[in-house]
Amino acid sequence: MSVSFSDYLAQVKSRIREISVHELKEMIGRQKDDLTVLDVREPEEFENGIIKGATTVPRGYVELRIEQVQPDRDKPIAVICAGGTRSALSALSLQGLGYQDVVSVSGGMGAWVRAGYELDHPRRLTKEQQARYARQIILPQLGEAGQQKLLDSKVLLVGAGGLGSPTALYLAAGGVGTIGIIDNDKVDTSNLQRQILHSEGAAGTPKVQSATETLRRLNSDVKIVTYEERLTSENVMRIFEGWDVVVDGTDNFPTRYLINDACVFLGIPNVHGSIYHFDGQCTIFNHGDGPCYRCLYPEPPPPELAPSCAEAGVLGAICGVVGTMQAVETIKVLLEMGDDLTGRLVSFDALKMSFRELKVRRDPHCLVCSEHPQITELIDYEQFCTVTF
Amino acid sequence: MAVKIKIPASLRKFVGGNDVVDVDAGNVGDALDGLESAHPGIKAKLCDDSGNVRRFINIYANSEDIRFLENLKTPLSDGAELQIVPAIAGGWY
Repeated sequence: MSVSFSDYLAQVKSRIREISVHELKEMIGRQKDDLTVLDVREPEEFENGIIKGATTVPRGYVELRIEQVQPDRDKPIAVICAGGTRSALSALSLQGLGYQDVVSVSGGMGAWVRAGYELDHPRRLTKEQQARYARQIILPQLGEAGQQKLLDSKVLLVGAGGLGSPTALYLAAGGVGTIGIIDNDKVDTSNLQRQILHSEGAAGTPKVQSATETLRRLNSDVKIVTYEERLTSENVMRIFEGWDVVVDGTDNFPTRYLINDACVFLGIPNVHGSIYHFDGQCTIFNHGDGPCYRCLYPEPPPPELAPSCAEAGVLGAICGVVGTMQAVETIKVLLEMGDDLTGRLVSFDALKMSFRELKVRRDPHCLVCSEHPQITELIDYEQFCTVTF
Repeated sequence: MAVKIKIPASLRKFVGGNDVVDVDAGNVGDALDGLESAHPGIKAKLCDDSGNVRRFINIYANSEDIRFLENLKTPLSDGAELQIVPAIAGGWY
């Protein structure tokens, strides 16, 4: 027996509960945090606005994605579309999936607008951005909102070398909107084995210039801000101010302590990576209640135990492992996603291909980040690191 | 107690290139003394003149920083693993 669509819709509506936009307005006010307003229209229909706080999942994806949006089947869901038809069909599907408290908004967004209720106009990604970032937007932990957040984020890389190269490439590719680079060095042929931001033709040019060209070719959406200067106690506060995350990919202890202290004073998370021969370390300092670099290493090694670049050595791909970990952790910090490395140090031995996780605790007697710090302003870091303890 | 001490790349030249040194010890201090007997000179790289672990070196007993346990007196059980984690600076400009 065939059923006309209007008969079918009537059957659907008889099996669900409908509410008016006025009731929805009242529910939003009353159940602010518990209620999920699920807007099931297509993306092109959002241009005139959505209800503030609504989650947008096109009708075709409702069953697929609802568990990511609201895993608790006892929590209330109000489904809305343009006029109340697709929301009714979706509501019945959700009931079929076991959701106990689902309503469909009669009259949909049309009625909401006619009632004069407020609309939110979330910024939308352009078509080009949607295509470019499609593979990560589809991740439920990111979505379009996460991508927008990345595009609005500002990450400062200290060093465009072995670690900074892979970090910069992945952050730019992933659409971190503003990337700052500090480096006062020029590209040398001996850098090319590991510093993959730079190519043969760039030898002799400033690293910030070479890096900018490479990153622009990769993603013209990203704004690159460069500082062709050596980071010092004099310029660090000016340069660091206003960045969301600082990524430490430097090669020397004075700069690492300088970065740490400035990040503590300015309250900026510091994504730390370091390498030596076949070993690497990655962690996050000064994030939330986590420790700072001085909690882990209160004092630097004396110069005789801190080999310079020239006498040490490193396999280029090791920089890729650690620098890429820094990129991942930076994105997690920006999006407040997952369990980041705050309070944990990943120690990596490439020859054994083993990763170990070590706890890093906040030192209650830390000189800079404890409750009663002894260091409250920047010091002379060169001198601090040349004293033999 | 049989204890394994994992040596980081930067310190292997002081222990004949080994990445692991096996010692017999009941606590962390004993383990470092055992390491020194097997490879004289290494302890001075890890500890200062008064015998305390240097502030740019962390020693982890089974993934816990001994500074937050009982330091050199931290007891070790059979099969325990000590990991020496020195500060490393390289990022390679």
